[in-house]
Amino acid sequence: MLSSLSAHMPVLQVIVLLIAAPLCALFGNRHLAWTIAFIAALAAFVISTFLLGSVLDGSVISYHLGGWAPPWGIEYRIDAANAFVLFIVSLIGVLVLPYARQSIEREFEASTHTYFYTCYLLCLTGLLGVAATGDAFNVFVFLEISSLATYALVAFGAKRDKRALTAAYNYLIMGTIGATFFVIGIGFLYMVTGTLNMADLAVRLAEVGDTRVTRVAFVFILVGMGLKLAMFPLHLWLPNAYSYAPSAITAFLAATATKVALYVLLRFTFTVFQFDFPVQELTFEYVVMPLALVAMFAASIAAVFQKDVKRLLAYSSVAQVGYMLLGVALLTEAGLTAGIIHLFNHAVTKGALFLAVGCFVYQIGSSRLGDLKGIGKTMPWTTAALTAGGLSLIGVPLTVGFISKWYLIQASLETGSLWIAGLIVASSLIAVVYVWRIVEVAYLEPAPEGRKAKEAPLSMILPTYALVAASLYFGINSELTSSAASQAAKALYSATDLAVPPMQLTPSDPPSEGAVQ
Amino acid sequence: MSPELAITLTILLPAAATLLLAVLDKRPNLREAVSLLTAGALFVIVLGLLQTVLDGAQPTAHWFDVLPGLSLAFEIEPLGMLFGVVAAGLWIVTALYSIGYMRGNNETNQTRFYICFAIAISAAMGIAFAANMFTLFIFYEVLTLSTYPLVAHKETDVARKGARTYLGILITTSIGFQLVAIVWTWVVAGTLDFEQGGILADKIDPTLLPFLLALYAFGIGKAALMPFHRWLPAAMVAPTPVSALLHAVAVVKAGVFTMLKVGVYIFGIDLLATTGAADWLMWVAAFSILAASIVAMTKDNLKARLAYSTISQLSYITLGMALATSLGVMGGAMHIAMHAMGKITLFMCAGAIYVATHKTEISDMDGLGRLMPFTYGAFFIGALSIIGLPPLGGAWSKWYLMLGAADAGQIIMMGVFMVSSLLNIAYLLPVVARGFFMGNTGPLAYSVGAAAVPSKGIQEAPLWCVVPPCLTAIGCLLLFFYAGDIYTLIEPVAFPEGTSQP
Repeated sequence: MLSSLSAHMPVLQVIVLLIAAPLCALFGNRHLAWTIAFIAALAAFVISTFLLGSVLDGSVISYHLGGWAPPWGIEYRIDAANAFVLFIVSLIGVLVLPYARQSIEREFEASTHTYFYTCYLLCLTGLLGVAATGDAFNVFVFLEISSLATYALVAFGAKRDKRALTAAYNYLIMGTIGATFFVIGIGFLYMVTGTLNMADLAVRLAEVGDTRVTRVAFVFILVGMGLKLAMFPLHLWLPNAYSYAPSAITAFLAATATKVALYVLLRFTFTVFQFDFPVQELTFEYVVMPLALVAMFAASIAAVFQKDVKRLLAYSSVAQVGYMLLGVALLTEAGLTAGIIHLFNHAVTKGALFLAVGCFVYQIGSSRLGDLKGIGKTMPWTTAALTAGGLSLIGVPLTVGFISKWYLIQASLETGSLWIAGLIVASSLIAVVYVWRIVEVAYLEPAPEGRKAKEAPLSMILPTYALVAASLYFGINSELTSSAASQAAKALYSATDLAVPPMQLTPSDPPSEGAVQ
Repeated sequence: MSPELAITLTILLPAAATLLLAVLDKRPNLREAVSLLTAGALFVIVLGLLQTVLDGAQPTAHWFDVLPGLSLAFEIEPLGMLFGVVAAGLWIVTALYSIGYMRGNNETNQTRFYICFAIAISAAMGIAFAANMFTLFIFYEVLTLSTYPLVAHKETDVARKGARTYLGILITTSIGFQLVAIVWTWVVAGTLDFEQGGILADKIDPTLLPFLLALYAFGIGKAALMPFHRWLPAAMVAPTPVSALLHAVAVVKAGVFTMLKVGVYIFGIDLLATTGAADWLMWVAAFSILAASIVAMTKDNLKARLAYSTISQLSYITLGMALATSLGVMGGAMHIAMHAMGKITLFMCAGAIYVATHKTEISDMDGLGRLMPFTYGAFFIGALSIIGLPPLGGAWSKWYLMLGAADAGQIIMMGVFMVSSLLNIAYLLPVVARGFFMGNTGPLAYSVGAAAVPSKGIQEAPLWCVVPPCLTAIGCLLLFFYAGDIYTLIEPVAFPEGTSQP
């Protein structure tokens, strides 16, 4: 029984969540809904951990949906790259739930909680689906599932602040444009190759070569995903969406949504368009890299001037996406490794930070800097978590941020560009400024009279500290993350070698069984 | 106890003590007892290690790998041993002094103070015993962060501003320059281990060496090389025990110690000498020495004057490294110990004066020496040691630094040392002279606690504030006679086999 189930693991983590989502709404009891959601998310996490463990040695799991052999059927293909992303997303997904249960109590009416969990599970389904699938159109489908759920989740913040509605609407418009661009790109690819399977696309695109259609397709996909992952200057939806969404959702989105979009971009860049394709190199060198560098500075400087901690951290996220893109734009394996490890490290760090800010919102109803004066005395644990996360953003040793910086600087020095290394450290010094604005206010300003704040409840502190602990642990012992990241980079680079040529696929493949390569 | 365990304990013991200190928040007597006991135990362990090192061994400890190939590891070599002994030894004195000072001034947040202090010492031990640049950098940053709350201790606007400068400069230089230098070294050399003779020879284009050295020299902001020295005067808003131990001993010495390590074990003295990569650094250090001394003369605030004096004296050590001769390294290493003992005396005296009279400006201190003879006597001895007069420890380090300059054929640098000594006299001795010989104008508002005492007879600060500086003053004297032991300790580093000894 178990062994026959384990063969279906690549799809199971998506299916379990997809089935659990409507159940949450149908039962109508928020406590039951939470339990269902938590069990489903936990199952997804267990499965993705297992998947990561089984592909870390460089092997690939190919699963044929419904027994239809690729490239005709939909293939789920798990290698080190997406197993790593699945692991991050499901980890955050399961950690945020206990926190959300507490934090949404004070954010909107209990009657809508069941719908909240439904949306949450749908969003998680979409994100995991995007990462797991090996089919280009399937990516689009899951992307839309997660995006639509996200718009609703952001709008849940409207009870606390009406601006959440415009933020969600804004995000809806921008996100839809992004998704449309992406699907147009896929359409072009389908037009010239007649296939939607990514591995098959890679082989056939190499035959088609560098034509105007493939160029246009690439650029559409880049811009579409650029919108989704908040690549500067396509990030305009992000600060508002993160500021006004419910606390738990901000943390969840910051740690997962942009990361999954980045993964899709990497998958298309390095796996699908991996043939000798000058437009891609030129785009990364002359468009993506400069934009990444601008993001690192512009968004960091914008963060310095924010008056609201949530918003400050949102701008910092745009800057951090810049770091990831910078690593990728170096177009070396070391750079890609740096980008991927930062993807994980930043997810953990920003997750912890937004969860900590959520504790403030829960207790004092505000995340404005002015309202956080002297909060270090009354909410010491939360403030300490915020400080630890802040140190990681700066890149202080013994935090994950340092590991990221180390890899990034090393990758840029290996390509011989000392100036890029200089810019990386220069922009992380701006992080010192915005992090220390929070630290000074929280610890060194006197608390205002009459504020009744006490430490956040344990159910919120524990998930926060789980992420803080992760951001310290993986900063002290980065063996798992660095080996996973370098395997992921290898997997992205060498995916065609493992592509299954259409000739070898015989219709005699036994139906309804996953094949493990 | 095995040396490996001993090394681990030197770092973990003060760190573990912080938990006890936190628990004992409401019981000050017990808390201070824990602080003292930890300091004592640490010193005993360090002395045990010193014996091992003197026997010729180089104990190591390997914790774990942080990144593939980059580990948190420790190896005790003579330079680190010297720094370790100095920092651990002076911690005991400062722990005693802190009790008198913090209670005498009724400071707030004393528990936080003791906790941060213990973490800082733990970090200093990590720096002293680091086996590679990576480990050293990690503890370097821990030291920066753990001392921030100490500088911001008073939580006033001035303290906050000073602490901001402090953290701003130290973080900017360490992440902005030092981290880049370290990764660069790692990329070209493939290792960051400290090795006798350096790891960079033949690994990097010699024309790039001065540039890499610049990233290190300015990246080690704790060495307070101009123009990145502003943090040190800014840190003077901290309570005096902090200024005494951290900003005269642990933090700043961690800086110049790192400088020496980089010069000796990353670049290698031979490489620096043959390529001349450190020539420019010599001039920058010489400028720092003279400029800081001149600024010191203009300062009326006693602690500010001492801070600029420290900036000047730190550059002695940087200059010793930049001379790229064995004798220069010897002089630099000795100066770590000699200056530490002298300067901590001066700071503790300044603190004692503050506790007793709440005076900070030198011009207000006329005649105080007659009231506080022990404090002023200790100050006088410390000042003479900084100036470099026998029979005090400071004489020896200046002697070897001068020899190093002569050995390198740098007559101008010898001149710099001499002029600087004269400047030392000009800014340190007037403090003593005013105290003993100038009359005070008007009645002296002298008080301990709330009770005002008429101004006659001996009126020292509380006992715990006076005894420690007297102890270190005696230490300055003893160092003159025991300098030979330091020489023997450092000898294998400064004169590796094959080099001729004078």
